[in-house]
Amino acid sequence: MRKRKKLLIILPVVAVVALIVTIITLSGGGGSSIKIIGSNTVTPLSSVWAEEFMKTHPGVSIAVSGPGSGVGIAALINGTTDICQASRKIKQTEIDQAEANGVEPYEIQVATDALSVVVHPSNPVSELTIVQLSAIYTGEITNWNEVGGNDAEIVAIARDTNSGTHVFFKEHVVQMQGLPTEDKSLEYGGGVLMLPSTEEGVSQVASNPNAIFYPGLGYVTEEVKPLAIKQTADSTGVLPSVQTALDGTYPIARPLLFYTNGEPTGVIKDFIDYCLSSEGQEKVIEVGYVPLQ
Amino acid sequence: MLGKTSPTTTAEPADTLRRRWRLGEKLIESWIFLAGILTIVVLLGIIALLLKEGLPAFWYTPPWEFLFGTKWYPVSEPPTFGILPFFVATFWVTLVATAISVPIGVACAAYLAEVAPAKVRETVKPIVEILAGIPSVVMGFIGLMFLSPLVQSAFNLNTGLCGLTAGIMLSLMSLPIIISVSEDALRAVPYDFREASYALGATKWETIRHVCIPGALSGITAAVMLGVGRAIGETMTVLMVAGGALAVPVAPTDPMMPMTAAIASGIGNAVRGGLQYQALFAIGLILFILTLAVNLIADRVLERQKRKFAR
Repeated sequence: MRKRKKLLIILPVVAVVALIVTIITLSGGGGSSIKIIGSNTVTPLSSVWAEEFMKTHPGVSIAVSGPGSGVGIAALINGTTDICQASRKIKQTEIDQAEANGVEPYEIQVATDALSVVVHPSNPVSELTIVQLSAIYTGEITNWNEVGGNDAEIVAIARDTNSGTHVFFKEHVVQMQGLPTEDKSLEYGGGVLMLPSTEEGVSQVASNPNAIFYPGLGYVTEEVKPLAIKQTADSTGVLPSVQTALDGTYPIARPLLFYTNGEPTGVIKDFIDYCLSSEGQEKVIEVGYVPLQ
Repeated sequence: MLGKTSPTTTAEPADTLRRRWRLGEKLIESWIFLAGILTIVVLLGIIALLLKEGLPAFWYTPPWEFLFGTKWYPVSEPPTFGILPFFVATFWVTLVATAISVPIGVACAAYLAEVAPAKVRETVKPIVEILAGIPSVVMGFIGLMFLSPLVQSAFNLNTGLCGLTAGIMLSLMSLPIIISVSEDALRAVPYDFREASYALGATKWETIRHVCIPGALSGITAAVMLGVGRAIGETMTVLMVAGGALAVPVAPTDPMMPMTAAIASGIGNAVRGGLQYQALFAIGLILFILTLAVNLIADRVLERQKRKFAR
């Protein structure tokens, strides 16, 4: 009985304390907060930047979440995020929707990514052309022996439609944008696995000898083997790396972008300035992506 | 006069107390009433929202094409919306989950209700209920890390991320519901029935098989329906382990994307009011009708069971 009474006294006290703490944190304790939503590919980079920036700016809190570029752009349009991180460019239809909502998307390129195509280390295939990749992802090629590998069925893994990488890969590889064989009517085949995160795709490839997946360069680990990509059948294969992305020889490099509502101001501008500074760009290499210069 | 005042003075505090008590009673009554009404208001609100956001999808894609179309390309120009692959995937996953969880669940319930000593029952039942409390993302993680490689090697598949893996994980999640509701149903069968059966020389197994389970059949059916409802509606686990392929799955060992996973993997990307947004809400509407039907059937059957043994 006495115990219960004690509990009755303690509970409201705890509740009040919790409430006060919440109010203080919500109001930022005099500091400010930045919300970054979007690309799963950019998340490791933004997280490092956010951590470093928060170290030097104790009053600022930055929250990063990476469900996918599409989610970030939708959040930007709906006005629920400060910065949208994206691994694909915003579409005209999305700009129109944003403007209808009174949001003016402002684009800043913060880094470059060499979109890597990875397989299991035991896979004898070491290079593929864009045309072959397209055929694998449309379901036209289903066996590794059709591209010089073992007699085994290909497990093609992609990201889900939330992902900017999904869209970028579809346009530039599946539909072969910029190549003579470009075909806008091509789509991912029905057998392609659509996974909710890049980590899951990489870990599937690491454990499945017949799988193929396309993570950003920052997600490539020792457990998977990146393939050299050939623009056409007679060009030489190029492995994804900081070097090949910078000199423009890697065929499927892409910009990693931040979008804000109008030109950034205040603490958001400070943060983006830090990302673009030489110090911030050094972090890009550490995380495994390609800096701007 | 004087004789009358003295009783009123003593009655007065009691009277105000009673009045205050009544006021308190009223307050609590209306509070409970509001709480009861709230769920109905929320339910109606959800139905209205689903209809408002989901129905316009059928202006763009006629219902027939929407339900039986096999192509789902929401981010293409122009987008195509056909949900047959998701529908079939949900069917497969639910079928696997039910096929595994029903025999195990009913057998476990029969053991707990008929065979197990009270002490065992009292320890096992709470443990079973703890199983119901494991977050679905944890189940998904277990499926991803442990079950999918097992399924892959056991069935010699290309990938362990398939409907079968998802179904097995879902069966674990609907087991607690099936066990606990069927056990209640079995225990509701009057003891006289069993005694009559034993008196006729039936063994324990014969009694369970021919008396207890048939007697509790409507309750067990309801338990199965509730388990099915859980399996249809579960999202996180199937999103993680079902594989997410867009083709119409012809076997449970194919990678597939059930309806819930399709909604979850697309909704973040959908701009409010856009075509994809409406199509996803339309899937939600169909899912809602499905689970509602399953739950209504379960409710009906459970009601019948209660009436059967009303004492």
